[in-house]
Amino acid sequence: MNTENTFIIDGSPIPFEPGQTVLEAALKADVFIPHLCYFPGLRPNGNCKLCTISINGKHSSACTTLARPGSEIENNTPALNDKRRLMLQMLFVEGNHFCPGCEKSGNCQLQALAYELEMMTPHFNHFFPNRKVDASHPEAFLDMNRCITCGLCVQASRDVDKKNIFILSGRGMASHVVINSPSGNLGDSDFSMSDKAASVCPVGAILPKHRGYSVPIGKRLYDGVPISSQTEFLKTRKA
Amino acid sequence: MSFDNSSAVGVLEPILERYSRNPHHLMQILRETQEHLDFIPQWATDYLAEALALPRTQIQSVIDFYAFFYDSPRGKYRILFSDNVTDRMQGNMALLSRMLSKFGLTQGQASGDGLLSINTTSCTGMCDQGPALLVNNHAITRLSSQRIDQICELIKEKKPLAEWPAEFFRVEDNIRRKDVLLATEMVNGQALKRAIELGPKGMLAEMKASNFRGRGGAGFTTAVKWEACRNAPGTTRYVVCNADEGEPGTFKDRVLMASFSERVFEGMTIAGYAIGAAKGFVYLRGEYRYMLEKLQATLEARRKANLLGKDILGQKGFDFDIEIHMGAGSYVCGEETALIESLEGKPGKPRIRPPFPVTHGYLDQPTVVNNVETLAKATLIAQNGGAWYHGLGTKLSTGTKLLSISGDCDHPGIYEYPFGVRIAQILEDCGARNAMAVQVGGAAGTCVARHEFGRKIAFEDVSTSGALMVFGNNRDMFEVARNFMHFFKHESCGFCTPCRVGTTLICDTLDKIANGKGTAYEMNELSRLHQLLRSASHCGLGQSAGRPVNDTLQKFRPSYDRRLKQKDFEPAFDLDAALIPAREITARDDIDAHLGADQ
Repeated sequence: MNTENTFIIDGSPIPFEPGQTVLEAALKADVFIPHLCYFPGLRPNGNCKLCTISINGKHSSACTTLARPGSEIENNTPALNDKRRLMLQMLFVEGNHFCPGCEKSGNCQLQALAYELEMMTPHFNHFFPNRKVDASHPEAFLDMNRCITCGLCVQASRDVDKKNIFILSGRGMASHVVINSPSGNLGDSDFSMSDKAASVCPVGAILPKHRGYSVPIGKRLYDGVPISSQTEFLKTRKA
Repeated sequence: MSFDNSSAVGVLEPILERYSRNPHHLMQILRETQEHLDFIPQWATDYLAEALALPRTQIQSVIDFYAFFYDSPRGKYRILFSDNVTDRMQGNMALLSRMLSKFGLTQGQASGDGLLSINTTSCTGMCDQGPALLVNNHAITRLSSQRIDQICELIKEKKPLAEWPAEFFRVEDNIRRKDVLLATEMVNGQALKRAIELGPKGMLAEMKASNFRGRGGAGFTTAVKWEACRNAPGTTRYVVCNADEGEPGTFKDRVLMASFSERVFEGMTIAGYAIGAAKGFVYLRGEYRYMLEKLQATLEARRKANLLGKDILGQKGFDFDIEIHMGAGSYVCGEETALIESLEGKPGKPRIRPPFPVTHGYLDQPTVVNNVETLAKATLIAQNGGAWYHGLGTKLSTGTKLLSISGDCDHPGIYEYPFGVRIAQILEDCGARNAMAVQVGGAAGTCVARHEFGRKIAFEDVSTSGALMVFGNNRDMFEVARNFMHFFKHESCGFCTPCRVGTTLICDTLDKIANGKGTAYEMNELSRLHQLLRSASHCGLGQSAGRPVNDTLQKFRPSYDRRLKQKDFEPAFDLDAALIPAREITARDDIDAHLGADQ
C-alpha cells in the first residue's frame, strides 16, 4: 500500500486517490460513513450533515472534505453517532414520515439509517407541516411530506438530465422543492421516469405510479442487510 | 393583475436595459421592479425569466429567499418594525400593537383595501435611535406613540413617502468618541496617491507591517488575504466591500457609509490597486436603501475627479470602478460566500469552503471580501505607514475598533477605541451605570457578565465585529437570549439540517420554558442542541446560533431556573389546545368542551 496516499479512519488505514473526498475513499474501501445527500457522480452537496466526521479533532463533512495523507479521522464513534441520531430525529420530525404506509419502506435511506443508528423514537415533537402532494404526472407521484431538501433531484435534473425541473426555494424551515413548469405541477413539466432525477431520491418523495409493493416489505434492499454492510451497492450507484 | 404586455414593457424594459439584461443583476432588477409595482407579480417573474433566459423557478427562489421581496401584494405602505432586543427594550411591541389596532390588522396581514401591511423584521441598525421601523425599506427612527399616530394619519391620507416629514427619516451619526479613523481629516485621493507611490507590492508590505486584522469579526490578517488573492490564478479579480451589517446591535458601518464613504471607496480602490482588481462591489444591506442615491453621487464625483475609472490619477493601466449592490433582507449574506452567491443574483446560501473566495469568489474568480471598517482603515495605513499603525492597540490586535453601543446607557452611539480597552472603561464612558451584562459582538457574540467587565476588547480576549449592547439590572437575560434565538431561526438559510431544524427546536424549547412548562429536561436539551449546532452546522450562523443560550445558561442561570417547574419533565403537547379544531367544528366553547377545566 502506498503510505503517502493513506489516511486513518477509526484506526484503520484507508488508501485514496488524489482528488477523492473522504467519503468516496472510505466507501471504496468498504468503510461505511452514514450519508443522505451524497450520490456517486453528482457534485457533493454537504447539506444533510449525516456524514459529519472528526478530522484531527475538527468536525467536518466527509462528502465535501478532500482526503489528505495522514489525516486521523473518527467516524464510527458513540459521540459522532449520537450527533447523527439527533440529526435523523430532526429530519423525521421536520417532515411527515409514516414508514408503515410508505411505498419506499425498506428501500429508504432515511429509514435504513434510523435503524442503523438505533433511533428508537423521534424524540422531538413532530412539526406536522402542511406539504404538497402532486399526482399530476402520468408516471410519477411527488410527495413533499417525505422530502428532506437534500437537493439530489435538483442536481440530477440540472447536471445530468439538463432539464432544470426541480429547484430549492424558500429559506429556513420554509425551504422546499418547486417545479419549473407553468402551473408549478410536475405534470406540466417534461419530467419522465427515465430521468436520472427520478431515481436519486433517498426517501420516498418521488415515486413511480402504476407499480407498488412489487417486492414485498421484508424482502427489500435494507430489510435483510443493514445499510452499513451495503457499501458495494452505495458506491456503484451511477448518476 | 393579469399579464399586461404594455405595463411589462413600460415598467420592466427600462430596468432591464439599465442592468444590461445581465442575470447576475437579478437582485437589483427585482428590487427596482418592486419599487415600481409594490410587489413582484407573477407576470413580471414570467417576463423577467424570458428576458434574462433564467428558469422561472430560479427567479421565484430568489424572491422566496429574501425577506424584502414579495410575490403577493403587501400594500402600498409596507411597514416593518425593527425587532432587535434593543427595540424591545425601547418599547417597540407596544407601538406595533398600537399601529395594528389603528388599522384593525393582525401582524403580517395585508389590509383588504391594499393600503398597507405591518410586520416585524430583524435589527435594522438603528439601535442608538430606536425604536425604528422601515416603510417601503426606508428607515424611520425615534418612534413614539405620537410619531406612530402621525404615520397612521399619513397612510390613511395616502400621502406619498416623499411628502412625509423629513424629520421622520433623519438618521443621526451619534459619534461619541473619535480616534485615528474618525478624527483624521480626509483629503480625497491623498491616500490613493501615496499607495501609487508605494506600488502594489509596497502597499502590501505596509499592510503586512501593520499586522492589521479584518474588522468583520473573524479577524483574519488583511495582508494575507490580499496577497493570496493577488497571487491566485485567474483572469479577473474583484474587491467586495461587505456592508451587509446584519449582526443585531451593529450600526458602525452605517455611519461609515453615511458620512465616511469617501474613505471606504478610497480603501476599496487601494485594495484593487494592491491585488490587481479592476472592479469593486459594495454589498449594502437592504435596510440602508436610503443611502443609495447619495452614495451613487459620491461615486460619480470620484469618477469625475479621476479617483475612479480609467488610468486613475494618471497611472496608466490602473483602472478601477465600483458598483453598489443592494441586499434584500438576509443576515446570512454577511457570510462572505453567501454574499458572493447573492452578488451573482442567487439565494444567499453559503458555499462549501474550501475553495475560499481569494481563489474562487465572484464568478469563480479571485475575490477579496473585506468589511467596511477594514477598507476605510486601509487608507490610514497607506497614508501613515504600517509601522505607525502597528504602534496602536495591542500586539495581537493592532489599531482601533469602532463600537456600536446601544441598550441601557445614557449616550448610545459610535465609539472608536484603541484595541485593548476594558469593558468597564467603555461602560463608564457611555454612561451605563447599572449594567448587569454586555452582549459583545451581537447575537452571535459573547455575553459578558458583571464580574468579567475587566476584560478587554481585542481578538485575544473579547473579540467583536462591533456591537455592544448594554443590559441594566432590571433586564431579563432569558428574554434577551430568546429574542436572539428567534432572530437566528428567522435568518437560517435552511441549507443544512442542524441549523435549519435545530434553530427551530431551540426556539420551541425556549418558548416552552417561557410558557411555564419548562423543566430540568429542557435545560439538558438546550445544551445538547447547542453542541450539535456548534460542531455540525455548515457556516458560522449555525455554529454560533446556540451561543446566546449557552452563555446565558452559564452566567444567568437563575433567569431560567425561576421559570422551571419543579419536575423532571412536562410534555409540550397541550391536550386542550389539540381540541381547538373540534371546538371550532362544533361551535362550542363552554366549560365542558375544555379538558382540565375542573382543575
